[in-house]
Amino acid sequence: MCLAIPGRVTETFAKGGMRMGRVQFGGVTREACLEYVPETQPGDYVLVHVGFAISRVNEEEARRTYQALLELDQLTELDVPEVLEPGASGHGGSA
Amino acid sequence: MKYLDEYRDGKIASRIVEEIRRIQTRPWVIMEVCGGQTHSIVKNGVDYLLPRGIELVHGPGCPVCVTPLEMIDKAHAIARRPDVIFCSFGDMLRVPGSEGDLFTIKSEGGDVRIVYSPLDCLKIARANPDKKVVFFAVGFETTAPANAMLVSRAKQDGVHNVSILVSHVLVPPSIAAILQSPQNRVQGFLGPGHVCAIMGYREYEPMSARFKVPIVITGFEPLDILQGTLMVVRQLEEGRAEVENEYSRILDREGNRPAQKLVASVFEIADRKWRGVGSIPKSGYKLRWEYRDYDAEKIFSVKEIDTREPEICISGRILRGIKKPHDCPAFGTICTPQHPLGATMVSAEGACAAYYAYGRHLESKREELEAMASLGGAA
Repeated sequence: MCLAIPGRVTETFAKGGMRMGRVQFGGVTREACLEYVPETQPGDYVLVHVGFAISRVNEEEARRTYQALLELDQLTELDVPEVLEPGASGHGGSA
Repeated sequence: MKYLDEYRDGKIASRIVEEIRRIQTRPWVIMEVCGGQTHSIVKNGVDYLLPRGIELVHGPGCPVCVTPLEMIDKAHAIARRPDVIFCSFGDMLRVPGSEGDLFTIKSEGGDVRIVYSPLDCLKIARANPDKKVVFFAVGFETTAPANAMLVSRAKQDGVHNVSILVSHVLVPPSIAAILQSPQNRVQGFLGPGHVCAIMGYREYEPMSARFKVPIVITGFEPLDILQGTLMVVRQLEEGRAEVENEYSRILDREGNRPAQKLVASVFEIADRKWRGVGSIPKSGYKLRWEYRDYDAEKIFSVKEIDTREPEICISGRILRGIKKPHDCPAFGTICTPQHPLGATMVSAEGACAAYYAYGRHLESKREELEAMASLGGAA
């Protein structure tokens, strides 16, 4: 539960008073809160834990860590469907 | 189980193992604290690669495992209420309480939902204004900033139908408790990498000095664990006791300041009970008074539930590094991941569940595997 997953930030935006972003992990994208790494820009790689970016990493480290987590079967939290905003339509989850 | 030459970085792994062998003059007992590290060690057979006499014992760093049974039962009592939507990370759903688990409650009509992030609970609360949304806030320091943000946003945005059931624990007090035990065998620690990505490692320094114990903050990949072990063994052999950082590509001494700041504004340090271990002073978080309206324990005055763990279970001693899973007569016989008797079998990151998943209940194979691993090392 305490392992964070590296992904690539594809966009950043403000929502609900927070700096947020979309982060791509393998074939899945997820919304992530960027409040704890406020300097993050699109194209950066970040470690994300339960929907929160906690640290920036370089691309090589991101790939390596992702592969290690895949081998450890520690990516299952990404299978949980994304919760949509009330009133939103369509599927904002996996791409 | 992997052999040395199967590692992605087999040559580096071989060199690290050789260096440990070269400098080691006597046996040492080293504990890895984090459940993710335990899982990686057992899955990859890292402990079998180490020279004989370097023993890795498995620590208390699995939040699912150490959540006390009383708290699981409280969660279940709240989740059964018809006015509640109970949200949790997926790994808490399978953990048995005194009567069934959250999956059972869901199948009996309870509204139990697995969420990816605590922030999902805000969306669920807004979409269901007539329901009370409760999040099971379990975890170590890594998860605390996410839970703190949920509560902080809920208060700022005036979302009143969301609360959290807090069972937050902290790594440094659990290390101190292990070191203070008269039965302690642990001489050095591999510290938890992603916990320290949040907290940094300043707070480990006084503990390392006080107990004269090396602590090396370490990642979870096999090479990290080998390198961290080498750094601990080198300190032990040289008679040093310091905090060192094997995982400097991810974290520094200060950690994530914005996260620490929000956590400190929402939570305060409190005594916590650890499953299998008992109460440890100042070993967890509770919500600050200013956030009492978001405290599920206050909102749903669930009475104290009297629970009892099976007497045969030795998970408390396993969590403190005194015993290993196969020292337990119940391990793999009457205690399995399908029917766990105690803390270390309830989650994949627990030592017993990891040993079971990777076939270590068939320990007759151990000698054979060790022999093959050392052959692999020579190749």
